[in-house]
Amino acid sequence: MANAATSGVLDREFLPLRARLIDLAAALDRIDRASGLPAADPRREQIAHGLAVLNSPEPNRAEAVLAAFSLPYDPEWRAKTPRG
Amino acid sequence: MDFFDPHIHVASRTTDDLALMAKMGCVVVGEPAFWMGYDRGGVNSFHDYFRQLTEWEPKRCAAAGIEHYAWMGLNAKEAENVGFAREVIAELPAFLERPNVLGVGEIGLHKCTRNEVTTLLGLIDAALASSQMMLFHTPHLEDKYKGTRMILDVLADDRRVDPARVCIDHCEEHTIRLALESGYWAGVTLYPTTKATPERTADMVEMYGPERLLVNSSADWGPSNPLAVPEFIATMRRRGHPDSLIRRLVYENPLAWFRQSEHFRFAPARAT
Ligand SMILES: [Zn+2]
Repeated sequence: MANAATSGVLDREFLPLRARLIDLAAALDRIDRASGLPAADPRREQIAHGLAVLNSPEPNRAEAVLAAFSLPYDPEWRAKTPRG
Repeated sequence: MDFFDPHIHVASRTTDDLALMAKMGCVVVGEPAFWMGYDRGGVNSFHDYFRQLTEWEPKRCAAAGIEHYAWMGLNAKEAENVGFAREVIAELPAFLERPNVLGVGEIGLHKCTRNEVTTLLGLIDAALASSQMMLFHTPHLEDKYKGTRMILDVLADDRRVDPARVCIDHCEEHTIRLALESGYWAGVTLYPTTKATPERTADMVEMYGPERLLVNSSADWGPSNPLAVPEFIATMRRRGHPDSLIRRLVYENPLAWFRQSEHFRFAPARAT
């Protein structure tokens, strides 16, 4: 299904997107300025992964960002999570 | 525009919220049993809660001009104690017969533990034993993808399951396709921070179409918005979508979903 207002998409999204990018940049600065945060926190890697997705030319970025923040699924979970 | 909110926790909302929802066009709500923010102390607490959802909340909604339907179940947050869960499941059959009850829900997984799966199997069995519809809660945040896959695995294992009578709720961009491709209804929840926004929900409509899609607020005792469905309507209009498509999503789809229950008796008062 096509977006019903394709021509207006950039007009509509530009200012909110700009505002969210600044918010995002400011939050990253805030984390950098905070002292005593462990450098190896796995959440930092997730954030970096999410940012890389934003900068990628691939479609379905929202899905890819969600995947970056998801635990892996093991198709063999039944064997490892036996019925009680 | 008249609309349904097919998943909202009315017991956690004020009468003013209900009046506002009605003013915005809400005609029907669906209220699944869920976690009240603290673990209940005994089976009697569940019994009273089920009574609230089948006796008191329908009256409060009716006073606002909204028809209230309920789902009976045990949320995954209280599924860890398997013995206790079994006692709660034993309470369900009597409540499933009550006139405003559509089926078993919301049930599912939270942290995807072995005990949660055991309780879930018991709940699914209780539902299928009396041919009930089922409403599934999928986990939050990092557990959602894995938990959704596990729920779909459990359902695929059971030959009695009719996908048209099952809704996989709280879908997001990484799980919605899984639910729709297997023939289930997919619920998208408009909820701050942890779930979808009106804009992202409109994106999913544009990507996957309106077939078997339900939109809800899941408004509860946490920061949430009982007027989230009207917000979605406004977003869709702003994006230029026709009212016929919007109406299908917020009215005709939930009507078709709820209508599968013999307890559903809503008759549109207005010819729209
Ligand atoms: Zn809920």
